[in-house]
Amino acid sequence: MAQLIPLGSLGAPTSAETMREALSGGGCSSSSCGSSDGAGDLPPELWDRIKDHPCYSEEAHHYFARMHVAVAPACNIQCNYCNRKYDCANESRPGVVSEKLTPEQALGKVIAVANEVPQFSVLGIAGPGDSAYDWRKTKATFELVSRVIPDVKLCLSSNGLALPDHVDEIAGMNIDHVTLTINMVDPEVGTKIYPWIFHRGKRWTGLDAAKILHERQMESLDLLKARDILVKVNSVMIPGINDEHLIEVNKVVKGKGAFLHNIMPLISDPAHGTHFGLTGQRGPTAMELKALQDRLEDGTKLMRHCRQCRADAVGLLGEDRGQEFNLDLRPEEVVYDPSQRETYREIVAVERGEHVAVRKAASAEVSGLQAGASVLVAVATRGGGRINQHFGHATEFQVYEASAKGVAFIGHRKVEQYCEGGWGEDATLDGVIAALEGVTVVLCAKIGDCPKDSLTAAGIEATDEHAYDWIEAGIAAWYAARYAPAEQLLTA
Amino acid sequence: MAYKIIASQCTGCSACEFECPNAAIRMKGDIFVIDPNKCTECEGQFDSPQCAAVCPVPKTCVPA
Repeated sequence: MAQLIPLGSLGAPTSAETMREALSGGGCSSSSCGSSDGAGDLPPELWDRIKDHPCYSEEAHHYFARMHVAVAPACNIQCNYCNRKYDCANESRPGVVSEKLTPEQALGKVIAVANEVPQFSVLGIAGPGDSAYDWRKTKATFELVSRVIPDVKLCLSSNGLALPDHVDEIAGMNIDHVTLTINMVDPEVGTKIYPWIFHRGKRWTGLDAAKILHERQMESLDLLKARDILVKVNSVMIPGINDEHLIEVNKVVKGKGAFLHNIMPLISDPAHGTHFGLTGQRGPTAMELKALQDRLEDGTKLMRHCRQCRADAVGLLGEDRGQEFNLDLRPEEVVYDPSQRETYREIVAVERGEHVAVRKAASAEVSGLQAGASVLVAVATRGGGRINQHFGHATEFQVYEASAKGVAFIGHRKVEQYCEGGWGEDATLDGVIAALEGVTVVLCAKIGDCPKDSLTAAGIEATDEHAYDWIEAGIAAWYAARYAPAEQLLTA
Repeated sequence: MAYKIIASQCTGCSACEFECPNAAIRMKGDIFVIDPNKCTECEGQFDSPQCAAVCPVPKTCVPA
């Protein structure tokens, strides 16, 4: 199971001290670092609204957890990348879910998770299905949960087709974050993504369907903006269909006030039985995705830490503890205990302050070197913002770019865990190396000689010299050692 | 005159129950079933049966 912060140690009889230790991931030595979207780049009012939301704030995703409950399974459109018949617990991608919950069951699950996972801060309803179309169940769930846990952040995700019908209720319920999936602003492009929609008692196909969907999506953006509800836009990047077009989408959604634009790679596999899977439509490579994101950098703020989690995901981004909470809990049997979450929040406030300072210093250090080199650094981390995971235990690497602009988080690469039960598989290692395309160095808490040699042979450096450092501090230290002019190193 | 749902195809998404103007659809186990006594095939109400129009799986809501 993927783990970021070792949640086991945050379980039942937890003291503030153990939480603190768990967070720092074993103890740290050096300091200095810096990354993309901290408080500095955003208006203070906006930062305050998103700072504890792991899906919106890159910095928060190190500390806070989200939970999705699948209560709204009905959908009003068909997408070529979705097949509602496919559902497997081993799959991790949007729209896939193993259990469908009633609003009452969802309340029981939320309370159980809030009691066990102190990082819990956000409850989202994101499918399968469309939360705004299946609105009665979405609304009932939010009402039940916010009565018991008033400080929970609520968010929902929608294709926008039905959203204009409920926007006033959404605003009235204190849902201040909405995600819209917008894959096109040109209905001609839309015809290649959406075979049909269901609207006002009728199934629409072809250009008519795409036109209606587009108009309703634009209307949703305007209505949400007018009510001061934060909007993130998700777009699925489909090579050859909308990859170039997403530059236009970015311009339009930015113009309509979306504060974040998240470009996600198409996930396509014949085994999923989706239209795109069956027609052999491929998804983009990690480098193609990065190239597009780089071109959009001056547009609406891009979100690069999205993990495309399952619709019933629980936990920090990148991990999913959903399967641990599949108990059929009835709300009357579970009592909410806010103490764990409160203690955790106090500790995080202190820890984050240090992290933010360290990130700034690291970015300044790297850009100050004026080395001119722009390199990608992959980091193995269990969360808490530190280099604190064994190379062989990583199921994903966080990728940062160190350049004259400083240190910036740019994305993550999922891999198969290389080391299981003490043994490393060569075939798995080949996959890891392929996934690290373009990366110059891997920073981790520990790495064996054998994988290290294989990485070296593939032209990728790997080191555990910066183990347990803050991520950005470790990157800055590595970068300085590699690129600083000799005289600067001597005087340092 | 009524529609039925092919049980093996149903994903249990509930869209048909949501759209049915006659409250003829209810959950039975993990899937949905149509009460033939209440189903009107949406005649006089809509251009086409709503369950079939909204169902995400082809050929699942069909004439009984």
